[in-house]
Amino acid sequence: MSNQKYPKPLPTPSPEAQRFWEGTKKHELWIPYCRSCEKSYWYPRDFCPHCGSRDVEWRRSGGKGRVHTFAIHYRAFHPGWTDEVPYVTALIDLDDGVRIFSNLVEAEADLKAIRCEMPVEVVFEDVTDEITLPKFRPVSE
Amino acid sequence: MTPDKEKAGWLKRIAIVGADESDEMGIVPHKGVLQHHSEAALNALDDAGLSLADVDGLFTAGAGFAATLQVAEYLGIQPRYTDSTSVGGSSFVMHVEHAAAAIAAGLIDVALITHGETGYSNRFRKVSRAAMDPWFPAAQFEMPYHVGGPPSTYALACMRHMHQYGTTHEQLAEIAVATRKWAMLNPKALMRDPLTIDDVLSSRWITYPFHLLDCCLVTDAGGAIVLTSVERAKDCRKKPVWVLGSGEAHTHWTLANMPDLTTTPASISGPRAFEMAGVRHEEIDVVEVYDSFTYTALVTLEALGFCKPGEGGAFVSGQRTAPGGGFPLNTNGGGLSYTHPGMYGMFLLIEATRQLRGECGERQVADAKLACVNGTGGALSSTGTLILGAD
Repeated sequence: MSNQKYPKPLPTPSPEAQRFWEGTKKHELWIPYCRSCEKSYWYPRDFCPHCGSRDVEWRRSGGKGRVHTFAIHYRAFHPGWTDEVPYVTALIDLDDGVRIFSNLVEAEADLKAIRCEMPVEVVFEDVTDEITLPKFRPVSE
Repeated sequence: MTPDKEKAGWLKRIAIVGADESDEMGIVPHKGVLQHHSEAALNALDDAGLSLADVDGLFTAGAGFAATLQVAEYLGIQPRYTDSTSVGGSSFVMHVEHAAAAIAAGLIDVALITHGETGYSNRFRKVSRAAMDPWFPAAQFEMPYHVGGPPSTYALACMRHMHQYGTTHEQLAEIAVATRKWAMLNPKALMRDPLTIDDVLSSRWITYPFHLLDCCLVTDAGGAIVLTSVERAKDCRKKPVWVLGSGEAHTHWTLANMPDLTTTPASISGPRAFEMAGVRHEEIDVVEVYDSFTYTALVTLEALGFCKPGEGGAFVSGQRTAPGGGFPLNTNGGGLSYTHPGMYGMFLLIEATRQLRGECGERQVADAKLACVNGTGGALSSTGTLILGAD
């Protein structure tokens, strides 16, 4: 898909998040991890926001988690979503210990199909030649 | 209970002495942001019996980059203390703490806090927000998944609250209906037609779990308040409203980093303000809290400690927060029905001041002596809490 055809805001990878966006392009989810306090953290930084240590590394995520909460958008606040309403935003609690913001896809934007704490897994959406967005879809318990 | 004077460091030393809105509010396409700031400033100074020449500290937000420079020049003043703290709708409530500290420290005598926004008319003048640095976390990790501002973020928090505590749409609607009843008593309120729970529940979805009538208005308006020392307050036109306690807090910016989706930083700023003032919740006569959404008001009552976490829905049921309901909340009609130009916090201060002066006519809470004010900003990110009192 070319950039011209993708109508929504695209991320511009920042220096400290290059590794993350390189990973999604290969359909891999990588999460920053602190070797000092042994916790994952979100979003990518060159130091740990839990303890301040610079002894950090990247760890590959299994891509599984649960919906912490969600919202169903009936009104497009940006023209890029006009043809997609209703669409679903969600906060996902990854099994790796971080909470990230994303869209819930491959699910009806309906309360019968979505609930808090439902299990999900990552899917990768190649939105341009350069950018792949991680999104999440429901999986069975 | 007598306030603990050891704890209440500012007790009866700093007063709000002037408070007013801009000349016209609601839908005002023929006036700009700085006109709202200046009209409100002149009105509030007149209310205090002071003039622009008396102002030596200026506090404002939302008037572009370097907001105090913009507003001070427009007003024709050269302040010697300046504060453009801009953290969303809570900013003006925080300005009160900052102004009180500056006055208490002897750095200034008279503080002017101004607000003015044209949220309604901006869309027709093609006023756009400043672009975000694309490397910022929100631009990289939130914007690609939605662009929706407050209705998106607050809806996510509300949904978690509903999941965790069983809070219902009907309970949220109770707040919209009760707030409208107060607005019907306020001639300056934009929305004054009667409203029912069914009206709220049958209004269209904006972002689930919010119906249209769970969401605040978008209007044009300005407001200002004036603070000074106990000594200067004696010469002012009206009786002082004392700053008895204050607190401020912020916990996150991106929603993924919000420590607990089901509360707000008022759980930090609230207890500090109450402790400083040395008052108990049951002594508060009137409560003014930011109601960007019905949910914002509900969760703020929990965070401030008026009820326990998760009990907000039951607390507001049966029109408890309506006129005559026993818990006077958002007595001007709130952001939901009175006015909401963008960062509403200023209007909480104006209404609390008027209630404590006994100036509210039909909507006056009888014998109001103590008020609790709480502004909320960002994505439930920042709060300022004040305990205000009359003699």
